[in-house]
Amino acid sequence: MSLVADVHTTLGALNLDMQIRLEEDEVVALLGPNGAGKTTLLRAIAGLAQIESGCVELDGRVLEDPAAGRYVPTEQRSIGFVFQDYLLFPHLSVLDNVAFGLRSRGTSRAESARRAMDWIDRVGLKSHATSRPAELSGGERQRVALARALAPDPRVLLLDEPLAALDATTRVAVRRDLKIHLASFRGVRLLVTHDPLEAATVADRLIVMEEGKQVQTGTPIEVTEHPRSRYVADLVGVNLYRGQANHGSVQISGGPLLAAAGAETGDVFAVIHPRAVSIHRLRPEGSPRNVWHGRANGVELYGDRARVRIEGEVPIVAEVTPAALADLKLADGGEVWLSIKATDVSVYPA
Amino acid sequence: MRRERAPLWIAVLAAIGAAFFVIPLAGLVVRTPWGDAVHSLTSTDTLEALRLSLIASLSSTALSLVLGVPLAWVYARIEFPGRTVLRALTTLPMVLPPVVGGIALLLAFGRRGLLGSWLDTSFGITLPFTTAGVVFAETFVAMPFLVLTVEAGLRSMDRRYEDAARTLGARRWTVFTRVTLPLIAPSLFAGAVLCWARALGEFGATITFAGNFPGVTQTMPLAVYLLLETNPQGSFILSLILLLVSLVVLVGLRHRWLGSA
Repeated sequence: MSLVADVHTTLGALNLDMQIRLEEDEVVALLGPNGAGKTTLLRAIAGLAQIESGCVELDGRVLEDPAAGRYVPTEQRSIGFVFQDYLLFPHLSVLDNVAFGLRSRGTSRAESARRAMDWIDRVGLKSHATSRPAELSGGERQRVALARALAPDPRVLLLDEPLAALDATTRVAVRRDLKIHLASFRGVRLLVTHDPLEAATVADRLIVMEEGKQVQTGTPIEVTEHPRSRYVADLVGVNLYRGQANHGSVQISGGPLLAAAGAETGDVFAVIHPRAVSIHRLRPEGSPRNVWHGRANGVELYGDRARVRIEGEVPIVAEVTPAALADLKLADGGEVWLSIKATDVSVYPA
Repeated sequence: MRRERAPLWIAVLAAIGAAFFVIPLAGLVVRTPWGDAVHSLTSTDTLEALRLSLIASLSSTALSLVLGVPLAWVYARIEFPGRTVLRALTTLPMVLPPVVGGIALLLAFGRRGLLGSWLDTSFGITLPFTTAGVVFAETFVAMPFLVLTVEAGLRSMDRRYEDAARTLGARRWTVFTRVTLPLIAPSLFAGAVLCWARALGEFGATITFAGNFPGVTQTMPLAVYLLLETNPQGSFILSLILLLVSLVVLVGLRHRWLGSA
């Protein structure tokens, strides 16, 4: 079973241009900043957002192809959709919400109720079957939304920021349950998130989107170890530069020459972990190959470490202990020197 | 929370505003000859007019729901050329003097009217001066209240609930009946009550288009007006009955009225 979506559409300032292929044996997370077009892509797959050109195919069956004038309406697509704010029908009980999909597809009242009850039981809400959505907590609503989407036995499950509406405490428990339900679902699973932790916990593969386009795809480890966009680098918390490699060094675009032990040739990304950047008040002597000059501009606490943003030829973030922060009086700003060992620069082709 | 107190100038103006309505109603209650009331209540003419008023106003509310809800849906959801003009035309009866509405109805559905002559020759149907004509006249004047209220409800509802229903396999009709209508229920209800109240009080269009035949087209407002000339005391009693029927309905629906208590 596979889903192919080749979607081109313009919506306001968004110019969506995505080609993705999803297989049954993987949970895929769409990761990207707000406004990247993640939700629009999901809506296009479900047939809720119009596409201008391209196609959507499920198991080789064309669901949509504007060039051929083909459009299978949403209600005939066998797609389960969990919306960001769940959109549980406020006038129906939990049981009727979950049974809605079965009833709509012609299952008898009794059979729908029985199967809906099974699902409610599976998400642990049996005692709430007659409650209205307004009487439930955020986490319970999320579980009802999941049960409602899964009850009609769809072939594709789309989830739009399923945990975004929850507080931090609830999120941990619901994320664990979600992972279990995603694992037991047989079919294509695509989840939208802007939380890298959520993406890394539940997904086998990430697709990173920015401004309507795919910028990277790979396993969570591949993506976090080799970021290919400023967005992912910021999420992971590393310094990312792009430039031209030339045997042991990288000429950063619009920046200094960076000595990098592993550099060969060609267009590359260079990643420097903030821990690998040392800060000095006086120009350092000795072995480091890269010595930069800059100005401290802002400090942020990061766990038990402090991260200092330094503006120079190119901006960079360095990580220091709070003791070093005090010794170097970095919170006050001022001129600093940085050193980075050539062996601490990780280089990979762009 | 602290209980809010009205500033003096608001309290005074509000009291005058309330008195403006309460005093005329009090006058009606005080001046009604209660001794004759029981007798009048049970007189055949009164009962006949009351029955006709209720039947006609409820029928026109039903007709307005059947035709007005789809019209409101089209106004709220479908863009087509001339929508603004058409919407203005269909809400015109709200501001038009009802007598003018009655004349317009006569010119359209009268025996020699635009459509009326065809209805008469082809089907032998005549509307003017019949009970059906009363329902027509009341619907003409009252339906715009329902259409406007329901359209506002449709425009303000979150349409993504309909998207959710569609992803669950619901066809258009199922979405409409099981999601859209329940979600706009408060507007639907308020619109129907407004429509019914307007139909119950309808006078001008009814007397112009349907005439004033006891038992056939003479509704309560018509009976009240006619009695005022011949038997003022009787018209007070009828007015009071109309007032009580309306009051019972409004108070009874109070808790659901626009969703507030």
